[in-house]
Amino acid sequence: MFRNVFNYTLIASTIRLATPLILAALGGLFSERSGVINIALEGMMLAGAFTAATVTAFSHNPWLGVLAAVFAGVLTAALHAVATINYRADQVVSGTAINILFLGVPALLSGALFDSTGATPQLPREQTLPDIALFDAQSSPVLASIFNQKPLVYLAFVLVAATFYVLYRTRFGLRLRAVGENPEAADTAGVSVIKIRYAGVLISGALAALGGAYLSIGQNSLFTRNMTAGRGYIALAALIFGKWDPVGALLACLLFGFADAVAIRMQGTVNIPNQFIQMIPYLLTIVVLAGLIRRATPPKALGVAYVKE
Amino acid sequence: MKALLRALLFPLLAVLAAFVIGSLIVLAIGDNPLTVYRLMLSSAFGLYDALGNFTFDNWGYTLFQATPLIFTGLAVALSFKCGLLNIGAEGQLYVGAFAAAWVGITFANWPAIVLVPLAMLAAMLAGGVWGAIPGVLKARFGSHEVINTIMLNFVAAGLISYLVQNHYKAPGDPIMQSGPIGAGAHIARFSTLLAPLGINFPTRIPLNVAFLLALLACFLVWVFLWRTKWGYEIRAVGSNPSAAEYGGISVQKQIVLAMALSGALAGMVGINEVLGYRYRYYHDFSPGYGFTGIAVALLGRNHPAGIVLAAILFGALIRGGLFVDIFTDKVSKDLVQVLQAIIILFVAMEMLFRGSLSRFIPGLKKSSA
Repeated sequence: MFRNVFNYTLIASTIRLATPLILAALGGLFSERSGVINIALEGMMLAGAFTAATVTAFSHNPWLGVLAAVFAGVLTAALHAVATINYRADQVVSGTAINILFLGVPALLSGALFDSTGATPQLPREQTLPDIALFDAQSSPVLASIFNQKPLVYLAFVLVAATFYVLYRTRFGLRLRAVGENPEAADTAGVSVIKIRYAGVLISGALAALGGAYLSIGQNSLFTRNMTAGRGYIALAALIFGKWDPVGALLACLLFGFADAVAIRMQGTVNIPNQFIQMIPYLLTIVVLAGLIRRATPPKALGVAYVKE
Repeated sequence: MKALLRALLFPLLAVLAAFVIGSLIVLAIGDNPLTVYRLMLSSAFGLYDALGNFTFDNWGYTLFQATPLIFTGLAVALSFKCGLLNIGAEGQLYVGAFAAAWVGITFANWPAIVLVPLAMLAAMLAGGVWGAIPGVLKARFGSHEVINTIMLNFVAAGLISYLVQNHYKAPGDPIMQSGPIGAGAHIARFSTLLAPLGINFPTRIPLNVAFLLALLACFLVWVFLWRTKWGYEIRAVGSNPSAAEYGGISVQKQIVLAMALSGALAGMVGINEVLGYRYRYYHDFSPGYGFTGIAVALLGRNHPAGIVLAAILFGALIRGGLFVDIFTDKVSKDLVQVLQAIIILFVAMEMLFRGSLSRFIPGLKKSSA
């Protein structure tokens, strides 16, 4: 029994399940490090997932689907940016509105476009994102089966490194962090708080939408109603658990992906109910936020609209 | 009077703007917005059916849908007043509903006079405890209630799903629902209440005593917030925590109190759902009442009277949406969710209207909220 759950294919499915979380959590990182709370990750993922599946269904080209998803994510994020940065709407309220919006919009549009009640048509396998093998199956069968993943999986890991570099080694990263910690000081130093926050939120939308696209045309071959099923919130949890740091977020996403993978395998085999395993990310986040294991301190200006003096 | 008009101005503008954008969406999809809105309006508020006979159905169902929204709207507003945002009403209402069902099932044979109040109390208590947890976490550790309430929503869903699936489901029942509660735990529907007056209110309409309780809760919340010491202290913490602390108010205590009361109000949704409607716990029953509660509270400007009006509006949208689903070609009931989201966005962006209107109305620019 134990062997059925814990073997090397578990690693493969952990990576698979963590990917959408990693992409969305990196998205959340850019927004939150700039000082804008992003609980709209869920809605942005849904926007990306639906757009990817829809555009692929019409164009028969998954890459075009991915591109369109990024565009949709940026557009959705722009809504959040305008509301919170320009009109100083409460960031949590605006995020909630966007999440509600993208429960409705895909369902409404799928009815009009495909005469369905919330789903896009099933795509043939060759129109979804392909698997890319990094190792030769003959010489290293185990590695080959683990690293035979969708391109967005590899991209997610590359983006973690890229985010790390951008955040800690570039001028933009420095400004992003400065704006999130102390916008007044950044402003005095000549940094445009508005522009940097816009950049943070828009990047956030692009990345979260990539995570959504991975769900609809990578892991699956269609969009279904509410297909993210709370992954945007888990990504947010991972971001907090990882202390708003790219590597920390990556590890948290892998941990949550692992818990998910174990839960799926244990279904019906062990006495630990599935529901309890699925609760792990949420409970861990609560514990970490309370500082019971290790303290997670949010960016200082998180949630506070900036008013230029 | 002028203050009242001003209080109504921005919510009305937000609703109007949402309907304008909604009609553009409907046009783009290929239906006639006028037909859609007329259908929504008549199915939510119409007094006569298609044959021209008087009917209670439309108002009855609209008020039934408004009932949970009054509770969640009050819940969110009460937390707002303390400077907190409870987006965990969704989890709290599930916990409350399950607790009510648990009492109704466990003590199924008890007489109504004991069982009904006990089940109601259970709903409030369970919701209250679930709301108090993030309150305590905030007061004790300073962790953000928004994140914790979101997390607790998922924990609640998981916990109850486990309980229903493994312990409270009737054997062989394919639906995720508990067994029935005892007859002593049922609360009266309007059909029963109005029968002695000779009014023939149809039994099928699930509007029940919980609606009256919701109105009572509005009144009590108003009294509590604006006429009691504790309510004053909660508002003081909400408007300026450091000043409140300086004035001798325990900020921590008020945070826990506000979150507990907020959770209890959300838990009362279970009274409507379990004791007045389905007479069992039905999993995933809420179409997002907790989140709509945020819209209700914002649109109602966190005032009980405003909340009743806003809840009726959103209840009407839910009711009207069902008809749009059936009687139009392309537009589905999902339009309601889109309208709701746009309304929240616009209400949250009050500055947008304030800025553009202040050119015409002097004195509007300064915030009155």
